[in-house]
Amino acid sequence: MSRKSLLIAFLFYPLFAFASQEIVITIKEHKFTPAEVKVPAGQKVKLVIDNQDATPEEFESAELNREKIIAPKSKASVWIGPLKPGKYPFMGEFNQATAQGVIIAE
Amino acid sequence: MFGPALIIFRETIEAALVISIVTAATRGVPKRSRVILMGVLVGVLGSGVIAGLTGTIADLAEGSGQELFNAVVLGVATLMLGWHHVWMSSHGAELAREAKHVGAQVNQGAIGRSAIFMLVMLTVLREGGESVLFLTGMATGGSMSMSDVLGGGTLGLLGGAALGVLMYSGLMRIPLKWFFAVTGWLIVLLAAGLAGQMARFLIQADWIPSLVTPVWDTSAVVSADSFAGRFLHALIGYEPSPSAMQMLFYVATLILILFASAWVKRQQLVRHMPSIVISQA
Repeated sequence: MSRKSLLIAFLFYPLFAFASQEIVITIKEHKFTPAEVKVPAGQKVKLVIDNQDATPEEFESAELNREKIIAPKSKASVWIGPLKPGKYPFMGEFNQATAQGVIIAE
Repeated sequence: MFGPALIIFRETIEAALVISIVTAATRGVPKRSRVILMGVLVGVLGSGVIAGLTGTIADLAEGSGQELFNAVVLGVATLMLGWHHVWMSSHGAELAREAKHVGAQVNQGAIGRSAIFMLVMLTVLREGGESVLFLTGMATGGSMSMSDVLGGGTLGLLGGAALGVLMYSGLMRIPLKWFFAVTGWLIVLLAAGLAGQMARFLIQADWIPSLVTPVWDTSAVVSADSFAGRFLHALIGYEPSPSAMQMLFYVATLILILFASAWVKRQQLVRHMPSIVISQA
């Protein structure tokens, strides 16, 4: 690659990096959909958690170092990353039996 | 019933530790029990209000209102703890002096007491709001019977209270010679831990960068989910995988409080005991 094209790639990198970093996770009947979420490693990602249940849920992940209450029938956003490649389990603390999921950074 | 009990217990750990340490640390301060009880009471009442406002708070700041709310509450609590520490470190010296400064002491005492009230109230409010939301959600969502919800909630709360009583009676066994030094350090570490949590919420809302994440990872040794992990988290702000920004907040708070306390102590020495300073010079 020439120096010029490298420079162009560098200038536009932020656009690509932040273009589609919003991922929606739905909670329904105390389950996450999708339960397995792939995110790019080394970047910040915005998770939008859409709780469609009539009960509150607490999105919690010790691995991601995050916790957030999501009120019934509402959406909330959680920023995560930049993450190293790997698996980061998360759960709904109020319904741990069913509300389980994992973020895969790659 | 044990499911909800465990969740409520976890939510109360932090409040229980803060209240027991502050109660111990303010040993000898007049009217402290009344002030602390008032803080708990107002905090509990406020919890209901906060739980009711969850949706409204969450929608603020593009879905990051809850993080901001938590960050503000934690920030004020950190300030109050810091202030309390500075106040107590000067208070001890003041008690040892003659009674001619009694007027000033009473005045300072009133300010110190309102800091304690705010601190206790905010600690109960933050964790209590989440507990109320959880319990009302479980009760109205139909996934659990009312008796399970009430029984579990009560059991969890009793567990938290028991932990607080245990901590308090443990602290009170410390010989008076070291007592205020120990509680003073606990207060400083509590404050630093709360500041670290505040940083985490601001990172979660994308208001500040996380810098290096994580700086280390000790989840294999003490995981965040374990009782030890939660206890240490509430006590000294333990995080198995902290970000550099969180550590920055932690260390900065630690240094600031220690410096402020040392400075206030020095000022008092200079002001009230000029003879010592002169004789040393």
